[in-house]
Amino acid sequence: MANQNGKKNDFSWMIGGPQGTGVDSSATLFAHTCVGSGLWIFGKREYHSNIIGEHSYFQIHVSEKEVRSTIDPVHLLATFENTTAEIHAHELVSGGALIYDPKFTHPENLKIPKDVLLVPIDFDAVLLQIAQETGEDISKLVIMKNTIAVAASFALLEFDEDHVEKALGGIFTGRKAKLVPLNMLAARKAYSAVSQDVIKKFPYKLEPNPGTPKRLVLTGTVAVALGKLKAGCKFQTYYPITPASDESVYLEALPEYGMLVMQCEDEIASVEQSIAASIMGARAATSTSGPGFCLMAEGIGWAGMNEVPLVVMNYQRGGPATGLPTRHEQGDLFFAIHFAHGEFPRLVIAPADHSEYFYDSFEAFNYADRYQTPVIVLTDKHIGNNTQSIPPFDESKLKIDRGKMATQADLDRLALNGTFRRFAPSEDGISIRTIPGTKGGIFWMSGDEHNEVGNMDESAANRIIMHPKRMKKLETAKCEIPESEQVRFFGPEKADITVVTWGSPKGAILDAMPELEAKGIKVNMLQIHLIWPFPSEAVTRYLKNAKVVVGVEMNFTGQMCELVRRETGIQIMHRILKYNGRPISQTEIVNGISQIHKNKTEKVVLTSGL
Amino acid sequence: MASNVSSINAKNLSDKPVTAKDFKSDYHNDWCPGCGDFGILAAVQMALAELKLAPWRVAIFSGVGCSSKTPHFLKTYGIHTLHGRVVPFALGGKMANPEMEVVAVGGDGDGYGIGAGHFVHAGRRNVDLAYIVYNNEVYGLTKGQASPTLGLNQKPKSLPLPNTLEGINPLALALSAGYTFIARSYAYGTQHLKQTIMKAIQHKGMALVDVLQPCPTYNNLHDKEYFSSMVEIHGQKKPRLFQIESEGYDGAVKDPNNQDEINQKKKQAFEMAYYRGDQVPIGVFYQIDLPTYYERVAVAAPILNEQTPAAAPIADANGKPLTDVTHTYNSILV
Repeated sequence: MANQNGKKNDFSWMIGGPQGTGVDSSATLFAHTCVGSGLWIFGKREYHSNIIGEHSYFQIHVSEKEVRSTIDPVHLLATFENTTAEIHAHELVSGGALIYDPKFTHPENLKIPKDVLLVPIDFDAVLLQIAQETGEDISKLVIMKNTIAVAASFALLEFDEDHVEKALGGIFTGRKAKLVPLNMLAARKAYSAVSQDVIKKFPYKLEPNPGTPKRLVLTGTVAVALGKLKAGCKFQTYYPITPASDESVYLEALPEYGMLVMQCEDEIASVEQSIAASIMGARAATSTSGPGFCLMAEGIGWAGMNEVPLVVMNYQRGGPATGLPTRHEQGDLFFAIHFAHGEFPRLVIAPADHSEYFYDSFEAFNYADRYQTPVIVLTDKHIGNNTQSIPPFDESKLKIDRGKMATQADLDRLALNGTFRRFAPSEDGISIRTIPGTKGGIFWMSGDEHNEVGNMDESAANRIIMHPKRMKKLETAKCEIPESEQVRFFGPEKADITVVTWGSPKGAILDAMPELEAKGIKVNMLQIHLIWPFPSEAVTRYLKNAKVVVGVEMNFTGQMCELVRRETGIQIMHRILKYNGRPISQTEIVNGISQIHKNKTEKVVLTSGL
Repeated sequence: MASNVSSINAKNLSDKPVTAKDFKSDYHNDWCPGCGDFGILAAVQMALAELKLAPWRVAIFSGVGCSSKTPHFLKTYGIHTLHGRVVPFALGGKMANPEMEVVAVGGDGDGYGIGAGHFVHAGRRNVDLAYIVYNNEVYGLTKGQASPTLGLNQKPKSLPLPNTLEGINPLALALSAGYTFIARSYAYGTQHLKQTIMKAIQHKGMALVDVLQPCPTYNNLHDKEYFSSMVEIHGQKKPRLFQIESEGYDGAVKDPNNQDEINQKKKQAFEMAYYRGDQVPIGVFYQIDLPTYYERVAVAAPILNEQTPAAAPIADANGKPLTDVTHTYNSILV
């Protein structure tokens, strides 16, 4: 049976509970069950800056096609405690369902839409049965309330329990494999706890999509970690910070790749250890979020001055200061392009989805090596922490380019009094590089202005050679980086509305475009991928003939809209902005664009999400 | 010596004889006349030569300040970094390429002031690094403000009023932080300083050499005259600086597994670090042979013993990545 929108397999599920009670595990089980049967998912995780006890929730959008965002309505809310029901019941659609524990939750006390199907489950009774049948200690079974909630959800969806069993088999492997039968027992009990009568009344159903090839189910931080491994990054530094450290911790657990992961005393040391490792010839990176990124300013300026390849991931989160440490924002665009005092070339790229997180993490090292300068990757909490099913990466595309590294002939040619002209000017601004330890390659580095061999030189004559030499690399980069890496364009060539975005809103916009078209609004989208050097020519070409341009981004001021005006002279007249820390949903894009289309609204501020 | 095993990699030895001159660059030196830094620079050059190191196998890192100009005066790879940051830079460099000979130099303001956090945490890691601190009790390059080692109520000529902060004790701080080689020497005691620097470089682990360094321009309290003067002890004339080893002091832990010996040697080192009197002790206060940080991380990642981060091959001749992540992919393939 199709849902209210007439779309089969388009479904929004939510589970919530106090942090530390297994909300993430239930979401993983739900997601893997769907993906394992050929469906696609996007999962949003919201949590407090807290270890145990505060409310957290996971929302999963399931679809027959690739899906990149969540939708606002909740079709099925599953919980085994009352806070989640109190906070989220009002998000349920009429015709949706609430799975709850009648011991804690009394639906009559909830703000709940009409015609929501109530599905009470006595979780403790189910656990007691399992304890009696298996002889297990009931206190150790409490975590299985998650499995019960997930299985009851699939019962309502008339989704065969075999898919759940298969997912459990994938999640619990090795020594944990013995948990599969126990969890399946819980799942079967949950299936039978949901009556056929209730199942019949629930209009939403999922059907497997057999024949779909296997996909990766991952967060953005994992995609970045994999990209770094493929790139041959051998030196990663970090200081614990949400949400960036997930990436480093994931890498720490993979010592077999020979990547040294250094947990440092602060972000100052993090960036500097990486810079030094890079000088020594290793591909090196550091990952952080806003407050840590601030501390890296001086070090990154030094790397720019000394032409050191360096990759820095900044997982943006709500700022300023500690801000919203576990929530999403794209507030660091201007900060990244103007980072640190003085002027030096830096590349800033903004991957926008899980695949780009992988490919851009890989390519960032090539840029860093080729242009011998810091590359800042503006990632964010939304993609970083959230889960998506994506096709496996295409590794045939991946090629490592270490840029201008000295050969013996270079050493002979460029030697000067037995030392090496590491910063010798060149047409493209890029000098040939040697690695300490190389015979005949001796050079110096200094944060002070320096000459060709790297010795301090404050003379005006030297300054007017070296400063333009470094800055020239930005022009070179802009010329060399293909346009397909600078901007990406989606949708029909001509449209009623052209959306301009960067980073993570891309997914919600792409998901909203067919829905908007169905409503009679033709939308296309320009994704600005290379943020600095700014791709002014490409952006101008795409925007100059656009009918109505709408900027979409996750900040208060519309930083990209301002940057487009500064760099191209084009004023973006309409903006959809959001700064409540919760990512933009497909629903919000549909509503926001519709509003602008209808009313010519200049600024729409989005507020959905809890 | 706690360890007769030098940490110097055979790859770093010069294949032809080297002298101090081979480590001299032709870069113009702008230190003030009479600066103690000259003595330290000379001792570093002599030490590197005496250790028979190939100049191109040495990387000298520095922070910012007068003393941090040192790398430019040395003909080795020289990396002049940021104020207070020499330790994280040097440590990162050494971890990426543990085969290189890496030496860190900088001032007392740099290392014990703005870089104090890094100074402490470097002790916890025990990276195989020699760190030479030029300690003159003032911030010279910014015209003589009080540095972290200047004592309370002291007033060198550059200060308008006496110092209102207590001075820190770098040797005691290093001992608390876990440095595995802790020594003090004097800028113009060239032979002692050279020997101490050589021991620090040879030591396998994090080594601190705190060097008493006269600043003739700003610090008139502890100048060359002060350090070379004689003092009267129980009616006897004695030199200001006394070598602790010559009075029977032995700072080296013989058995790193013997906690009692460690405690005893640390106690003795603390007492010597806080020595009160007209004389100033110099020498090796404490030394212990413990696994380096690289050795510790290689326990979980033995591949690091075969491939250092800097030397690991990452691509074939066509640029194809060599890292095969299939088994990690498989763990997230559904």
